[in-house]
Formats: sequence, structure tokens, C-alpha cells
Amino acid sequence: MTAQLFLEQTLNGLQQGVTLFLLAAGLTLVFGVMHLINLAHGTLYMVGAYVAATVTQVSGNFLWGVLAAVAAAGLTGTAIEVIALRRLYDRGHLDQVLATFGVILFFNELVKILWGPQALFLSPPAILSGTVEVIPGVPYPAYRLLIIAVGLAVALAVRQLITSTRTGMLIRAGATDREMVGALGVAVNRLFTRVFAIGAMLAGLAGAMAGPLLAIEVGMGEHILILTFVVVIIGGIGSVRGALVGALLVGLVDTYGRAFLPVVLRGVLSPTAADGIGGSLSSIAIYVLMAAVLIWRPRGLFQAYGG
Amino acid sequence: MIPMRTLLAIAALYGLAVATTPLAAASIKIGMITTLSGAGAGMGVDIRDGFKLAIDQRGGNLGGVPVELIVVDDSQDVENAKEIANRMLKRDEVDIVTGIIWSNLVLAVVPTVTRAGKFYISPNAGPSALAGKNCQPNFFNVAWQNDNLHEGMGQYVTDKGFKKLYILAPNYPGGKDALTGFKRFYKGEIIGEVYTTLGQVDYAAEIANLRAAKPDAAYFFLPGGMGVNFVKQYAQAGLMQEIPLFGTAFSFDEDILRAVGEAALGVVNTGQWAWDLDNPANKAFVEAYRKAHGRTPSLYVSQGYEAALLLDSAITAVKGDLSNSDAFRAALERADFQSVRGAFRFNHNHFPIQNIYAREVVKIGDVVTNRLIGTVFTDHQDAYAAQCAM
Repeated sequence: MTAQLFLEQTLNGLQQGVTLFLLAAGLTLVFGVMHLINLAHGTLYMVGAYVAATVTQVSGNFLWGVLAAVAAAGLTGTAIEVIALRRLYDRGHLDQVLATFGVILFFNELVKILWGPQALFLSPPAILSGTVEVIPGVPYPAYRLLIIAVGLAVALAVRQLITSTRTGMLIRAGATDREMVGALGVAVNRLFTRVFAIGAMLAGLAGAMAGPLLAIEVGMGEHILILTFVVVIIGGIGSVRGALVGALLVGLVDTYGRAFLPVVLRGVLSPTAADGIGGSLSSIAIYVLMAAVLIWRPRGLFQAYGG
Repeated sequence: MIPMRTLLAIAALYGLAVATTPLAAASIKIGMITTLSGAGAGMGVDIRDGFKLAIDQRGGNLGGVPVELIVVDDSQDVENAKEIANRMLKRDEVDIVTGIIWSNLVLAVVPTVTRAGKFYISPNAGPSALAGKNCQPNFFNVAWQNDNLHEGMGQYVTDKGFKKLYILAPNYPGGKDALTGFKRFYKGEIIGEVYTTLGQVDYAAEIANLRAAKPDAAYFFLPGGMGVNFVKQYAQAGLMQEIPLFGTAFSFDEDILRAVGEAALGVVNTGQWAWDLDNPANKAFVEAYRKAHGRTPSLYVSQGYEAALLLDSAITAVKGDLSNSDAFRAALERADFQSVRGAFRFNHNHFPIQNIYAREVVKIGDVVTNRLIGTVFTDHQDAYAAQCAM
């Protein structure tokens, strides 16, 4: 293993991490502020990717695609909140899981009806389709660098929103004591819709940014949702800072695991056994990480404001 | 004196007996279990559409008998598939089951079907476990044994003089069969063999390792959306020119190329069929599908279509009477139909003996598609048939 390879895998881990962060930030806010388990968060990611692909194809400009994706995901999220989820805040978590799972099924079918079952095509904008030699000797895909930059910028913006705006203050207050915020005269319903819309737009952005890397297909949201929940649990429910740290940790551990575990195991086992076992072990690495964090800190790394 | 009621009952029973023993059944029920939702949906839809195309061309019949086709989505879930199979056999009383994409699902469903004395016709998954010692009299695979296309690619890269290969597949029975098949005919050195998680979407870590290992070429098997992801990311990493990529038709199929685009240009892949194979049956098939769906059929469409053609030929041979399983089995074994892939016959383990072709991804007009470039194997059979006592 060379230093270059290690650095390259670190970039890969960062890139996976920031994508997860875009999803986890919204999920953790909704979870922390609204006490709502929203399985349909991945659906908004899928909506973002589909809209980005379609609008990019029509307009010929990826930027329009991304903006449209963020807007569409925000609108879809608001609609889901107003029509379906609002009725669930006072119900148990099991009801919420069932209802939001229903939302997943509904949107998967809807997307299939609108776009068909075959995967969609979206390529990165031409100037970003090449590679950049950020590490000497290692050409790295320019588009993945853009994702890292966008992810970190969004992380800063969200931090700014939480710490120094009125909405942010209400979000923090809501995560600490929801009833008291209501009692003080804040329209909690409207706050919830706003929080949900912000989360949805971040998910839509994640979907649009992931589009050029991935197959845009029905069900793409479910797979990444599991990882996102792991991130939220590691980071601490309701904490955006926790979501960022958790996302980067998960991204790095997953990438390092896939990249280096088989190589390490080759030192002690036969190549075939090492490849087989390494592959299996690396896919559980993040769950081992989650278990370890929970033993050390049962409420996650950054426990959110008392809630 | 015999009461009138008893007479009537006898008459009714006799009538019933007459009604159930005629030469041809009134209709044949076929249960299709396939993946119509989630990431594998494209493949399932193609299998179904291919199968339906053949039925539609025959006015709703196969072998001159009306067909009742029951299609159910397995959502790529083993337990789900087993449940559906049970329901189809017990409640719907289907005569034939078909449609499954994935090897792990087929391995779970086939014992249930064959134990009930019914037939399973596989339009796709052909796991090695059903081809050798545990081959089944009532299981037929009309597409390939899992290893076949990979064996073809193993031979192809050896013929082209590649000596150091990096190979990659998902961690499930089909993935293991794939790399086993590849290594059976590849004579050079393997400098990396990687098993990824089934359904994995990002391959940045694997691609970085691959580049660092400096192979002559890379070979991968990732069906469906996984393949789209891998090829796009491989091209974005700038590796297409640096390290030639080889795969099977499963990752460079017409549907996949629409999602991958020009990133895949130049890649050679193996298949038992190609849309530009020059035979009359294939030309008619491609023409009919294009007319119905407005695009070129994929490999999976051809497989679904041929599963129906096989049934059509066998049902015709037994004149619509499936009550004699031995006769129906013998009719299936003869595979007496014009295959769109040209020459095709069944081996004694009920897997195909057929040619394996090399195809290259090219751009014709502004459509990215495959072009037939040669034949890798002629009358190729799988490696497990010898262990099958059938």
C-alpha cells in the first residue's frame, strides 16, 4: 500500500461522507425536532436524482438540474408533511414507520409510472467529467472533488442557519423542549413544515449530486437510507454537528474497510479466503463502528441539547 | 330402483370426468415470479415483456392453448419469492412457473415447484447447484448456466493476450459462479479478486485499489444498476483508456447502455445472443419488439421470449395435455423451436448447448449499442453436466 493510495481512499471516504451528511442532516433534524421517524427520507433523494436527470437533459445545463431537484424535493417534502405526516406526530413510532414506509411504496410506484422502470442517464457536466491530479501520480475524478466541496459548503451553511438565525434558534429550542416552544407562542406546526422542507431540500441536493455517479433508478433511496440511519445514531439524534462527524466517520470506515481489509487479511490468510472474508467483514465494518460508539456513548457522539 | 338423484349424480360425475380428460386442457396457467420493483426492475420487466410478446404473437395462446399468465413481483426477496411460489401452486394451481432473475431466489423456489410435480422454466438464473449433481428433471434453463458468458470472456481475454487481470463480482451465488467460470478459461495471472456487497452503489474504493494494482485489464460482473454505477465511475476515473475493461452482456445490455451512455464505448462483452445476429427468427423478433416498444430488445427480452417459445413448442408437441409429465418433459428436452440465437439445444442436465458471442459497444447514429464482432465458443456446454446423472 502506498501513501498515494491511502490519500486517494481518504478522498473517496470524504466524498462518501459528505453525501451521507446531506441526507443525515435533514433526517437528524426531523428526528430530533419533530420526534418523527421518517423512512421516506430516501424517497426525496430519489426524487432529487430523477428531477435533476430530466431537467439537465431538457435544459442541457447541470446547474439547472440541481436547482430544480432541490426545489422539487422541497415541494415534495412539504406536500408529504402537510398531507400525511402531520397526522402522525402524536402517534407512536411504529405508526410513523408504517406510514412513511407506505410513502416509500407510493413514490416508488409513481416514479416508475412517470419515468419507467429502466435506469436514467445523467453525466457530469463536461468540464468536470475529467480527472484532476490533486495527489501527485493519482488522477482523481473532478466531479467527486466538486461533491466534497459542495458538501462542506452546505455543512457550513447549515451550521450558520442553526447557530445564527431565528429559525435555527427555534430548531434548537424545539429539539430541547418541544412543548415549551409551543407554550411560548411559536407556531410549532409551521416550524415543523419548515424543518421538514429544509431536510427535504438537502436530500434532493444529495440525490442530484449523486446522479452523475450512480444509476438513477427506483429504490435508490432505500439502500442509502440504512447508512444514513447509522450516521444519525452514531452522531447523536438531533445534532447536525453529530451528523457531519458521524457521516465522515462512516464514509471513511466503510471506504477503508473495503479498500484495505482484504489486503491486510492477505497477510494472514490465503488470497481466496482473504478476498472472501475481507469482502464480508468490510460490509459489516460500519455496524461494528456503530456498536462501539453506542457502548462508549449510548446516545451518540454529540447528544443533542438534552432532548 | 336407483333414485333419480343418484342417477343425476352419476351423470354429473361422468360428465366431469369427460370434461377433465379430453386431449387438450381448456387453458394453461403459467406463474411468473420476477423482479418488477426496486433496482432489478428493468430486468424483470424485460423478461416479462419478452414472454408476453411471444404469447401476443400467438393470439394469447401457447401451443394452440389459451394461456393465463399470472405475474407477481418478488421485489428481489427470497422469502417473498418462496411465498409467491407456494401461493401460485396451491391457490392458483399453476402448471408451470418461470421468470426469476436472481440465483439465490431460484435456489429457494425450484425445490418447492419440482416437489409439487410442476415444471420450472428459467429465463435467466442458472446456478451451478442445479446443473451438476443436483440437477432436476423438472427444471429447464433456456438462457445459460451462470458460468457460461464468463467462461466466454475468460477465453476471449486469454486469446487477446492479457496476462494480469483484476476481477470483481458481487458476493452472492451468481457472483461466485461468474468468477469461477471466468477463471476456468482464463490462463493468465489474477492479481486481485474482489467480492463486493450485493446492491453496492459506490465503487470508488474498489476502483482506486484496481488502479493501484496496475493490471493489464479488468474483468467484472455486476448485473443491473450495479453495473451502471461501476462503468460510469470507472470511466470518470479516467481508466477506460488506461486499463481495458471487459464484462458480460449483463452489464452492457441495451437498457444499461442507455443509462451509461458513451462511457462504455469500446468495451467488449460476451453474450449468447446479439440483436444483430443474422438469422430470420432473430430479425423477426427484433422487428416485432421494436414495433411494440420503440426500442431495441435487451438480452433479457430475448430470454423471456425464448422461454415462451420453448413452452409453445412443447405444448404443441403434447397437444395441450400437460397431465403426462414424462411426455411434456420429453417435449421440452427436444427444444423444437427456431431460437433467435441460432443453434440451440438442451444438454442432458437441461441447460443449453449454444454459441457464445463477443460483442463490442459502439455508437450507431446517436445510439450507443452493441455490435457482434465474433464467436468465442461454438456449441459450448457447461462444466457441471458430467456430474448430472439425468
